[in-house]
Amino acid sequence: MSSSEHNENSEHTNPAVDGSELIKFDNVTKRFGSKVVLDNLCFDVSSGKHVTLIGPSGSGKTTILRLLMTLMKPEEGTIKVGGHYLTHEEKGGKLVPAGEKHIREVRKNIGMVFQQFNLFPNMKVLRNLTEAPVHVLGLSKEEAEQRARELLELVGLTEHIDKYPSQLSGGQQQRVAIARALAMRPQVLLLDEVTSALDPELVAGVLDVLRDIAHTTDITMLCVTHEMNFARDISDDVLMFDAGRVIESGAPEKIFSDPEHERTREFLGAVL
Amino acid sequence: MEWDWSAVDDFMPEFWDGVLTTLQVLALGSLISFGLGLVWAMALRARTRFITWPVALINEFIRNTPLLIQLFFFFFVLPEWDVQFSTLTTGVLAIGLHYSTYTAQVYRAGIDGVPVGQWEAATALNLPRGRTWFAVILPQAIRRVIPALGNYVISMLKDTPMLAVIGVLEMLQRARQQGAETFQFVEPITVVGVAFILIAYPASVLMRFLERRLVQQ
Repeated sequence: MSSSEHNENSEHTNPAVDGSELIKFDNVTKRFGSKVVLDNLCFDVSSGKHVTLIGPSGSGKTTILRLLMTLMKPEEGTIKVGGHYLTHEEKGGKLVPAGEKHIREVRKNIGMVFQQFNLFPNMKVLRNLTEAPVHVLGLSKEEAEQRARELLELVGLTEHIDKYPSQLSGGQQQRVAIARALAMRPQVLLLDEVTSALDPELVAGVLDVLRDIAHTTDITMLCVTHEMNFARDISDDVLMFDAGRVIESGAPEKIFSDPEHERTREFLGAVL
Repeated sequence: MEWDWSAVDDFMPEFWDGVLTTLQVLALGSLISFGLGLVWAMALRARTRFITWPVALINEFIRNTPLLIQLFFFFFVLPEWDVQFSTLTTGVLAIGLHYSTYTAQVYRAGIDGVPVGQWEAATALNLPRGRTWFAVILPQAIRRVIPALGNYVISMLKDTPMLAVIGVLEMLQRARQQGAETFQFVEPITVVGVAFILIAYPASVLMRFLERRLVQQ
């Protein structure tokens, strides 16, 4: 995990499922105007791991997920997913900005759940779940619907299959969004503050679904959250961010109970 | 002056032909402006300036010159290029093209009104660009702008008399011809005026109804 001194550390406490680096950030810098959001960031995530990014707002956590989802591009550095460059490709031994085809190919492995759900309001729940499997993965309508039903059962919303998103509560919409992301069978699931827009009483239902997925599948999760108990439950590793850098990383037991860095202590003191 | 019902009666055969022509222009002109306007609006969102700049230029040019000039241009210049259309076809093309630059703005507002999260969700699902447009963005955008598009249909209706300058015999031109023959202008022109109201008013009521149903929802 993370910068080299922590790497061996976490390999010790959390042996990787198969030890391979599924995600690798190499000296990634992201700026918005003159503001540096990510500052020469290096870290990697092994296949099957559940990693939570914590830190004060504005520290660059969400930017990492958005870079991985190719919703934005880094100014410097490279990102690899499954051994392939995400926004670059190798041509004649040189790294060049990737074309649309290459990006689409690598992006296939990545799914994302958004803070604002972003379900398609013009489609019923079922079609929200089948649209991409049919038109991107090339599944038949029957296969896609079968899979959609299984996923709706997983998130506990079978009876809402024929409703429009606007007929569902926020928590239900977010569970549909989780199912929609899983329908593409991604290797990596990005969770961007998925409970932040929910009423407090709806948060638990969504987190339960995610716990279930974390414990029963081998999907790799990268999670930005303010729900520290949830982070403790599902994470193999926690990365503490501040000012665009990882300042501390390790197993949740370690980070939450005995953080090394003063900044981490301050942050946890404020949110716990 | 005296109102002469027999003059109204005499005008009726011509009048119905005129109504038919006006409605033809309106229907075909609307179809062209709705279709072409959508093409403009999507082209203005293209990822390369080689598309967006020329399209923006064409749109500004057409939108900022009078329909009358465009009608004359089509009427006198197209035959020079060996393109032979009937006056009706020429009129329909000109008015459809003219209004497409307005509907393009309407569509653009509708497309801009779709939350950016919808584009992002489509990207996250790896949906192809075309699928993102036609399955996700446009159904949401167009729903919101149907009333605004309808208002341009009403506006177009009121511009149809301009087609008379190139010889399209729509309602008003028939009334003028009738008047010229009989020296009774008041009756035919009044009939046509009433006809405009009878077409336009229900249309605007329908638009307000659609607005309540589609937009505030």
